[in-house]
Amino acid sequence: MCSTCGCGQEENGATILKPGEFVQADGHQHDHRHTHHHQGHAHDHHHHRKTVLEVEQEILGRNQLLAERNRGYFAAKKITAINLVSSPGSGKTTLLETTLADLQDKVTFRVIEGDQQTMNDANRITALNVPVVQVNTGKGCHLDSEMVYRAFDRLEMAPESILMIENVGNLVCPALFDLGENYRVVIISTTEGDDKPVKYPDMFAHAHVCLINKIDLLPYVNFDMERAKDYARRINPNLVFFAVSATTGEGMGNWYKWLLDNRIK
Amino acid sequence: MHELSIALGIVRIAEDESRKARANRVTAIELEIGTMAGIEMAALDFAWPVAVKDTVLEHAARQIDLVPARARCLECATEYAIAHSFDACPECRSYFKDIFQGKELRVKALQIE
Repeated sequence: MCSTCGCGQEENGATILKPGEFVQADGHQHDHRHTHHHQGHAHDHHHHRKTVLEVEQEILGRNQLLAERNRGYFAAKKITAINLVSSPGSGKTTLLETTLADLQDKVTFRVIEGDQQTMNDANRITALNVPVVQVNTGKGCHLDSEMVYRAFDRLEMAPESILMIENVGNLVCPALFDLGENYRVVIISTTEGDDKPVKYPDMFAHAHVCLINKIDLLPYVNFDMERAKDYARRINPNLVFFAVSATTGEGMGNWYKWLLDNRIK
Repeated sequence: MHELSIALGIVRIAEDESRKARANRVTAIELEIGTMAGIEMAALDFAWPVAVKDTVLEHAARQIDLVPARARCLECATEYAIAHSFDACPECRSYFKDIFQGKELRVKALQIE
């Protein structure tokens, strides 16, 4: 079933667009006419024999398989793929814009933007002259490895580049879906609760880096930096932290150093 | 609501497997879900009828085997039951652990006819 409209088709419901491209007004790119196969109707006179199939299949197996295929492509091209995850409003896009603006002389970037709706984020990235594709997941709450494959297939991927994948703003659902990335970077901000890590542990459990954004607002908010780190370390003792402000640039140098030092070579 | 995607993944497996076995329908499905697999059972229940409508699973009975989460402390090797990923080792209080059970998310068996 397509997650955009619940129409019962196998198709992946996300729309994948470059800035300047449009979808039809009804928002659907696929045909909604159904052909129902009622093969169950002609079987009435058979003896019903019940059989148990021991299928033992991973439900996320298909996503995992495609994620590994993405990972293999990235490895072959020496592309560093980064999955950026956070709640809505943590400053993820601003942080990405600042990073691209400051590092694009040193590194080639490609960007995949994930949101339920609008081209807004892709347009912000285009303004920096960085190639970008927007994935609109419709009602979907996360990116999956197939959407990422379809998206980077439309970007002319450059060898030794960094692919920034900005996931849908959501600290729950994206945790389960491997995209084939090399690193997962979780962003929290000082305007959120410092107990975010223990409230949404799954997202922190598999992250490599935690960026704590909006530190310029620390004097005005009730956010305990050490407590946030302590909570996150209880879930993931290997997590690396950078306290940053994407608007003032404070602390961004440490994040850039990590990014450049950890590129896939 | 990633549970909808999960339910759709279950439907895909059931459709593929029952087609291979030339089954007319699936009468029961057995799932194995770990308590720390990231699945909210209420959300799965909510998504289920929408996901299975007009599929081989529409009238299938669903059985869920919940697998309790267990971790092994990486400092002192104690094995313990965990409810949250931030639980510390009951022996040495370390947070370094390997969660070796409770992340299962699997279609175990299908009963077909």
